[in-house]
Amino acid sequence: MDNGRPIFLQIAEMIENSIIDGTLAEESQVPSTNELAAFHRINPATAGKGINQLVDDGILYKKRGIGMFVATGARARLRDRRREQFAQQYLHPLLAEASKLGIGADELKRMIDQWEQER
Amino acid sequence: MSTVVEAQGVSKRYGDVAALDQVSFTLHENRIHGLLGRNGAGKTTLMQIMTGQNFASSGELTVFGERPYENEPVLSRVCFIKESLTYPQHFKVRHALEAARLLFPRWDEEFAQTLLADFRLPLNRKIRKLSRGMHSMLGIVIGLAARAPLTLFDEPYLGLDAVARHLFYDHLLTDYAEHPRTIVLSTHLIDEVGDLLENVLLLDQGRILLDTTAEELRGQVVTAAGPAAAVNEFAAGSEELHRETLGRYARATLRGRFGPAERDRAQQLGLDLEPVSLQDIVIRLTTARADGGSRPRPDRATDPGKEPIR
Repeated sequence: MDNGRPIFLQIAEMIENSIIDGTLAEESQVPSTNELAAFHRINPATAGKGINQLVDDGILYKKRGIGMFVATGARARLRDRRREQFAQQYLHPLLAEASKLGIGADELKRMIDQWEQER
Repeated sequence: MSTVVEAQGVSKRYGDVAALDQVSFTLHENRIHGLLGRNGAGKTTLMQIMTGQNFASSGELTVFGERPYENEPVLSRVCFIKESLTYPQHFKVRHALEAARLLFPRWDEEFAQTLLADFRLPLNRKIRKLSRGMHSMLGIVIGLAARAPLTLFDEPYLGLDAVARHLFYDHLLTDYAEHPRTIVLSTHLIDEVGDLLENVLLLDQGRILLDTTAEELRGQVVTAAGPAAAVNEFAAGSEELHRETLGRYARATLRGRFGPAERDRAQQLGLDLEPVSLQDIVIRLTTARADGGSRPRPDRATDPGKEPIR
């Protein structure tokens, strides 16, 4: 676990990533709190907090006596939310570093185009 | 949420020395509590008082709502594994386990056997012939298999190698998840147990320096690094625990509230906010106090002409 951010957020994010990349399909069962705690060597209460946040967001839902499942439509909702956060999370630091180095917006666009071509 | 241990102004004096000085705290049920602090901070004394092996000079401490000293109903629900556990000279490993089985009403024999096999502990070896590490393993087996509603581990792994320590963490977590109970873990290997803890109680020179959840603590302390002037501006208003400077570059460890607004401000100031591990937080907090305040230590890289601004 990385030290900086609350562990429960990291747990929630890891599950989100699995849903976005399709590892966890919609309507499939997610690992239990205890399984997550044992796997990541973290306190079960912390793992539970991560799961609960996803339940509150409507990403997961509980089947009584069975466990937690990925809600239908969760993948599309997560993608939309990540797209909204993309500018803040990735463009902002990119532009900050670019301006420190005197790279203007036009030059940056050219660099992206060139990168795409060379790939 | 119910309370397992409640301390109100507990002090313990040995002559002129105050091992514990007006300590008050509450341990809630079914959590893993970390009891941290430097050598001589008072951790062991506190655990002895919690387990009826010592008594306070003043103040009140209750366990399951009662005073633990010579209180059989309370003590039968308590298991204390300490680094210096001694057994009778002729005892073999299996004798110690048989004694534990009689002592702890919730003893799980099957779990004990699993642990013994995992730790590769020889049942018929005399305890005084065990290596330091095996001695520690025996304590861990008893502490886990006892399933006592209040289990205290005082530096339980002297001489244990990394494999055995991780075996301990794994068994502790999985068994705790299935059989929740209140666990107090006192250790110096903070980085190893940091993620297992739900609460942190930090003792320093007999006093409580910190009583909080591990989650909260993580957000409370950051290191801000960048141009000294920007660090100064950002540091204003929060408690500075430590600072290092290199020319005009500074790195300050700060304690305060660091939410999204503060993170944006750091970014605008051109600062890097770095996370601080639980171990570093404990080091910073306990050295800041030993220095007599939040004065930064002189550092070889410090520009001698410049007094850091607080």
